Amino acid sequence: MNIHAVRAIYLFEMARTRRTLLQSIVAPVISTSLYFVVFGSAIGSRIPEIDGVSYGAFIVPGLIMLSLLTQSVSNASFAIFFPKFSRTIYELLSAPVSHFEIVLAYVGAAATKSTLLSLIILATASAFVPLRIDHPLWMLSFLLLTAVTFSLFGFIIGIWADNFEKLQLVPLLIITPLTFLGGSFYSIDMLPPFWKSVTLLNPVVYLVSGFRWSFYGSADVGVGVSLAMTLGFLALFLAIVTWMFRTGYRLKT
Amino acid sequence: MPSISHPRPPSASPPVISVVGLSKTYASGFCALRNIDLEIRRGEIFALLGPNGAGKTTLISIICGIVNPGDGKVLVDGHDIVRDYRAARALIGLVPQELTTDAFETVWATVTFTRGLFGKPANPVYIERLLKDLSLWGKKDSRLLALSGGMKRRVLIAKALSHEPKILFLDEPTAGVDVELRRDMWQLVRRLRETGVTVILTTHYIEEAEEMADRIGVIDKGEIILIEDKVELMRKLGRKQLTLQLQERLSAVPPSLARHRLELSAGGEELIYSYDSGRERSGILELLKDLGDAGVRFKDLHTTQSSLEDIFVSLVHDGGGVRKQR
Repeated sequence: MNIHAVRAIYLFEMARTRRTLLQSIVAPVISTSLYFVVFGSAIGSRIPEIDGVSYGAFIVPGLIMLSLLTQSVSNASFAIFFPKFSRTIYELLSAPVSHFEIVLAYVGAAATKSTLLSLIILATASAFVPLRIDHPLWMLSFLLLTAVTFSLFGFIIGIWADNFEKLQLVPLLIITPLTFLGGSFYSIDMLPPFWKSVTLLNPVVYLVSGFRWSFYGSADVGVGVSLAMTLGFLALFLAIVTWMFRTGYRLKT
Repeated sequence: MPSISHPRPPSASPPVISVVGLSKTYASGFCALRNIDLEIRRGEIFALLGPNGAGKTTLISIICGIVNPGDGKVLVDGHDIVRDYRAARALIGLVPQELTTDAFETVWATVTFTRGLFGKPANPVYIERLLKDLSLWGKKDSRLLALSGGMKRRVLIAKALSHEPKILFLDEPTAGVDVELRRDMWQLVRRLRETGVTVILTTHYIEEAEEMADRIGVIDKGEIILIEDKVELMRKLGRKQLTLQLQERLSAVPPSLARHRLELSAGGEELIYSYDSGRERSGILELLKDLGDAGVRFKDLHTTQSSLEDIFVSLVHDGGGVRKQR
């Protein structure tokens, strides 16, 4: 194991976060705070409790999930896309590092960032709404697992994208809609039966549901199903990354 | 010709890079390399010459791991570049042709990063010396985007040397750099060779190869068309000319000198004698004797030798025929 290389890449990526503190941390925190102000306080006060939880508190896990998913994907995709774009990737390809080490370092850094960000948002939320975390260990586990899984997804997008537009495309056109429609702001029990069945095809439902369960003990789908789905995504993305490196897809000619 | 002494590694020593039957066809169908066989000797400076698109960069990129090899095999110090890529790559430093650097990092950060990437523990003392050697110390905290092209080139060299490689690839190292940096670079390469580093450089500047290389390889259309000791190459293919400046203008070469195949130039004020520097007898003594007998007097004389550039052009364009002297 080339531990020096993993460390070098990881620290390089974390240094990038420090340089871009405003857009990496401050911007997501502000936008999430706006959600709390609007949905939690202004509109939320007129919405009845869901499963005995105030609406403002109900949306906290979903909002954190929204940030976690988008930030994991954008962090990791940018981290590997940019060296490709600036062609400094020659260095990574010519270095004595294994594919596993590359993924470990980049995905590790992206997941660290999005996890930290989620915890900051969680702390921010507690300033606006009364919070309760029934299963803190499960909460952290879901957080970390989702961060790693979707950083891996972002890494795949970063390798796949050959221009900046494609880089923005997936978070914008897939992640955000799926998260909004995945029960971040409502319980899918509120939907008519047909749309409820359709919604169950949305993978984000399982992520949000499991995460919300760790807060309030109630969920749209069984927590075991949520965990299995998250692990399933992890396995799928790992398989894709492995294939990409093995074939040199968009990395090597 | 000055006698150039260049250290010859013992012939028993195995080559530091060995390329056997290497071919590469890109997905587009373009065949960049055809059945390349090449051995780089330990500690030498090897210059790879060839026109644009000849396959120089592809060859280097495959050895360094940036491009997937096609058929064939490459060993770096005995390590297969695919199976044993870690050991192979750890030995190599690469200065790419293009000025591809990060933008927002500092010089210090980017050089330290590369050292780590290549699996070496941090060594600030070594990095400091390296940056000083490359006149980069004053810029160590500057961000890369603020540097001039020449400085960026120095940074790329520092990155390539940051992990103390045993083999250094310089892909067009002096393309677009000023005279001072070129001098510095030549000096650096010589210093590296003294410490036992093998240097492989590709270049368009043939004077560079002529100045620095121990051996020359010429690649064209994906094939190695020549590998030769530089001195040997110059001797074998080099044509020499002896120019005699005459005291009195001649209207024609005297018949008694016909066997020397002289040419009259500069309006009859100069006689030019071409000969092969590789031959044991240049024929100059006979020529001078015959000139004396014919009563042709000259006031000055000088010799010129065809440069590597002439040789190169003749190899690539004239299909191997030795071009006449300039």
